[in-house]
Amino acid sequence: MSDATVDPRFRRKPPKRPLRLSWADERIRGIVWQVLVVGVIGSIIYWLWSNTVHNLEVRRIATGFGFLNREAGLPIAEHLIPYDPTDTYLRALTVGVLNTLKVAVVGIVLATILGTTIGIMRLSKNFLVSKIAGFYVEVIRDLPLLLQLLFWYTVMQGLPGPRQSMNPVEGVFLSNRGLLMPALQWEGAHTAAVLASVAGIVLAWLYGRSARAKQMADGQPRRIWPAAVALILGLPIAVWLALGAPWTISWPALRGFNFRGGMSISPEYAALLIGLVTYTAGFIAEVVRAGILSVNTGQWEAAQALGLRSGSVLRLIVLPQALRVIIPPMTSNYLNLTKNSSLAVAIGYQDIVSIANTTLNQTGQAIEGIAIIMAVYLTISLSISLFMNWYNARIALVER
Amino acid sequence: MTRAGPEAGAVPAPRFTHTATNDLGHETKMSAALETDGFIASSVRTDAPPAIVLDKVNKWFGALHVLRDVDLQVALGERVVVCGPSGSGKSTMIRCINRLETHQEGRILVDGIELSDDLRALDAIRREVGMVFQSFNLFPHLTVLENCTLAPIWVRKMPKKHAEELAMEYLTRVKIPEQAKKYPGQLSGGQQQRVAIARALCMKPKIMLFDEPTSALDPEMIKEVLDTMVMLAAEGMTMICVTHEMGFARQVADRVVFMDRGEIVESGTPEAVFNDPKTERLQLFLSQILRGH
Repeated sequence: MSDATVDPRFRRKPPKRPLRLSWADERIRGIVWQVLVVGVIGSIIYWLWSNTVHNLEVRRIATGFGFLNREAGLPIAEHLIPYDPTDTYLRALTVGVLNTLKVAVVGIVLATILGTTIGIMRLSKNFLVSKIAGFYVEVIRDLPLLLQLLFWYTVMQGLPGPRQSMNPVEGVFLSNRGLLMPALQWEGAHTAAVLASVAGIVLAWLYGRSARAKQMADGQPRRIWPAAVALILGLPIAVWLALGAPWTISWPALRGFNFRGGMSISPEYAALLIGLVTYTAGFIAEVVRAGILSVNTGQWEAAQALGLRSGSVLRLIVLPQALRVIIPPMTSNYLNLTKNSSLAVAIGYQDIVSIANTTLNQTGQAIEGIAIIMAVYLTISLSISLFMNWYNARIALVER
Repeated sequence: MTRAGPEAGAVPAPRFTHTATNDLGHETKMSAALETDGFIASSVRTDAPPAIVLDKVNKWFGALHVLRDVDLQVALGERVVVCGPSGSGKSTMIRCINRLETHQEGRILVDGIELSDDLRALDAIRREVGMVFQSFNLFPHLTVLENCTLAPIWVRKMPKKHAEELAMEYLTRVKIPEQAKKYPGQLSGGQQQRVAIARALCMKPKIMLFDEPTSALDPEMIKEVLDTMVMLAAEGMTMICVTHEMGFARQVADRVVFMDRGEIVESGTPEAVFNDPKTERLQLFLSQILRGH
């Protein structure tokens, strides 16, 4: 309602209440308490800080991040970027961050898929399907994650050695050294193909938008997936063929006591990933189930009565409403998975915590080491939070 | 069939005249006249096959027998009001007609198509049967206009522009075109229920089912919804309405059906059912309803 339509008598501002200097005044009490709390917290921080500085001086420990440029001399088994023990601590810590991200990103994607599937299964009318999902959730949620990680790691260790490794398909080996698979010899043409695939996804998205716009114009729904598949798969294949179709496979082979060639998933990474994914999926399943149940059955009925098929009801009516309930607790679960990945240290997967721990043991730079770990997790967590909050705000429900 | 035949169009001074297409595809000029005493002339078409047939329908919820040998025929253009105590199976019966509930025995034919596990038949029936619920069930994440255009676009494959024009036409008919851009949560109960009626009408159904459409409304909003339903009735829509609004039943219904404990106990013109109840059960029900009002 604009001001013009309001009676001038009701346009005046609320009166200011004078501040009364009395302990009975609610606002005075509020101010006193706030001053008190800020003062106490400030003194605690000051005491911690001065104490730390004093102790460092007494023990003659140099502060600062200068140690980051020194040679690390610590071996790291898994690295996404080239790494050698003669590299600096900075490089080693970067490898650790990437290892944490490798398990967190893949874990979040897989846990979402598995959790959503189990959540929907638990809602199934089929007795067996819903009971299996219910059993999964109850067992997984009720056992401590550390125990589950140790369980999976023990399972990995229980696999046969490299010489007796399982060989289900030609070129694939499963042993206590991990899972080995044939790998493609990476060349420029493959990078080009990946870029073409990304371009294909963008084009397919644009095509989907224009198809929807055309449907809105003439009413005829269009099949989007054939063109989308052609763009996303066909385009990179065409680019790859045009660049001479390089195709060199590196096969893993047993040389001596270990495998050479191919690509491998280490038992530590596999145990951590499986543990985190199955554990978090148990929670995500409940979030998804609660979200779908939060949509009144009347919504299903109204949409079905209008003649919509159940797939359309789910897509157009139920999911948009369920997502609003699902997103905030889903954010918590993503954050939990990321932070829980620090339990990697227990099974020897070298994530940021593991590498930072070794670093602070070797250099004695405990405060800096802990600060780095905190900064890394804070950055990752805030990024996830910001993205999820943005998404949540985008789909927020308009009411009143 | 009951009060007045199709010749009722000859009643002096018809106030509504509109052209409708019946299920045989013929254009028929229908004069749905409001008689001078406020009663609406019947638009029952005895020449066409019945719109809805329920033949010995039985249904159980677990061990509870909720529909017992229900037989009901509704002619094209007929307006049936179903009443009865709560738990008598009224809602379950009309929810069986568009298969929101499945019956376990007997046959249900809608518009000549039998309800079965056949999804195509179900699609065809749901396209022709509109439903209005007690709790409105509007889609809260869509605007009023989007609520109305959703099914025409995705089920009838209508261009968005046409669907919006159609929606605005029906929103005007239920007298809330100015609310089109708002969300359901911003409307009053009476307005929401009128949107729900407009949403169902946008599919141009041949049959409308009303499941206690005014039971969740404040008294001052009941009238605006009932007026909308009277307007629909005057246009010759085939309607089955579960309601306790006796005034509405008297004004609009060709036939009143009284249900109790899953059975149809009595059925007849509003006068016959309300003024001359034959069974003790109906007498008891009417005395309770009248005491309540």
